[in-house]
Amino acid sequence: MNWQAFWLTVRLAAIVSTLLVAIGIPIAYWLTYSRWRWKFLVEAAVALPIVLPPTVLGFYVLVALGSRSPLGRWWESLTGHTLAFTFEGLVIGSLLYSLPFAVQPFAASFGAVDRKLLHASASLGHSPAQTFRRIVLPLSKAGLVTGFALSFAHTLGEFGVVLMVGGNIPGVTRTISIDIYDQVQTANYASANQTALVLLILSFVVLSIVYGVNRRPWVVAPWR
Amino acid sequence: MKQLLALLLLLSSSFATAQEITVAAAADMSAALPQLVDAYTKKTGHTVKLSFGASGNLTNQIRNGAPFDVFLSADEDYPQQLIAEGLASKDTLYRYAVGRLVLWVPSDSPLDLSKLGIKALLDPSVKKISIANPATAPYGRAAAATLRHFGIYDQVSSRLVVGENISQAAQFVESGNAQAGLIALSHALAPAMKDKGRYWTVPLDAYPTLNQAAVVLSKSKQQDAARKFLEFLRSPEAASLLRSYGFSLQVEEH
Repeated sequence: MNWQAFWLTVRLAAIVSTLLVAIGIPIAYWLTYSRWRWKFLVEAAVALPIVLPPTVLGFYVLVALGSRSPLGRWWESLTGHTLAFTFEGLVIGSLLYSLPFAVQPFAASFGAVDRKLLHASASLGHSPAQTFRRIVLPLSKAGLVTGFALSFAHTLGEFGVVLMVGGNIPGVTRTISIDIYDQVQTANYASANQTALVLLILSFVVLSIVYGVNRRPWVVAPWR
Repeated sequence: MKQLLALLLLLSSSFATAQEITVAAAADMSAALPQLVDAYTKKTGHTVKLSFGASGNLTNQIRNGAPFDVFLSADEDYPQQLIAEGLASKDTLYRYAVGRLVLWVPSDSPLDLSKLGIKALLDPSVKKISIANPATAPYGRAAAATLRHFGIYDQVSSRLVVGENISQAAQFVESGNAQAGLIALSHALAPAMKDKGRYWTVPLDAYPTLNQAAVVLSKSKQQDAARKFLEFLRSPEAASLLRSYGFSLQVEEH
């Protein structure tokens, strides 16, 4: 069991899911309340990482953000290094990769808040920001926890992007999924098995939290 | 009569598919082998499907039942392991080429490789050095051995980035994400990279010779077609193609 890779991955997932709460809430707010006719295009763009192969994302991070592109050169002049092969590179790749897993549950829970409560809050003199903070956010707790946990779990399982832009550096970019891949490729099945089991249990726990907070009473079926 | 026709049809169709083999090849062959296969297909009409990867990865896939007929490794160890495990036929083992390792930098690099040689890697402008994964790629092992041979492994180890196979290591440096790379000469000479950088050939005594060996796999259902392809590898035509990609040839046979 490679604990270094394990904690690196947990750190990556924790940073990414925390940042996604900060980035995701404003995006979800806009997606919920905007009346713009072309809003669906933004929704489609946010959902892209669900269907795009991670290799597409990896390719863009490597080439479009590499040292040959203007964007990559700008980043290099800012930080002194390219995005590829760094922990920041993995963070940025994972932010894109896990974005919909945070934004979609956020937006769904914001949209589910009873409109009468919003009207009541407004008529009692609350500004939209106050209403959002005091009414919408507290009522969306389950959605916020879900978005956080799903993006955490999704980042834990990231493989393709890391394989393409990570460079497999121990303690920097060798995540647990890469470690398992290496173990399997070198036929260290016992070690791969251990690590895989830890990841399996962790993922199950995270998803149990998601389904736990979203628990609903059963549906009374007409045939009973 | 009808039955005979059906039988003939069946035979001929199975005969036709029998002419297609699948070759698992080390990633350093990714530029040269498609050309070899083109020449082979033109000559014989037989087709070949190619699957590239790090030799260690391919070996592991073969152990787990991958449906390959021929394995072209980047070293001789992996084919020998497969022979020892009864997964490849010893009598087919053939050293088809000797691979060469080069130090490659992009054209815009300020480094003078002919003057500096391997010491170019110590230059502060070299922030990342790409190599293949030593755990699974013979070229990765050759790269690590080279760095140790010149006594600079510890100085550069924190700057090494590891490609999953030698093609990815080449791509890391070709894209400019790494500033230098220890890659295969066959990639440095390939059309895709030829005009994009300069290289310094690592001397042969710096790493164990990459005797690239081929074997026919025991589980192959097309032993004849597979052996025919290996025969073609020995032809003067194949040899000259391999030479144009920087592979030197081993004359002795096993």
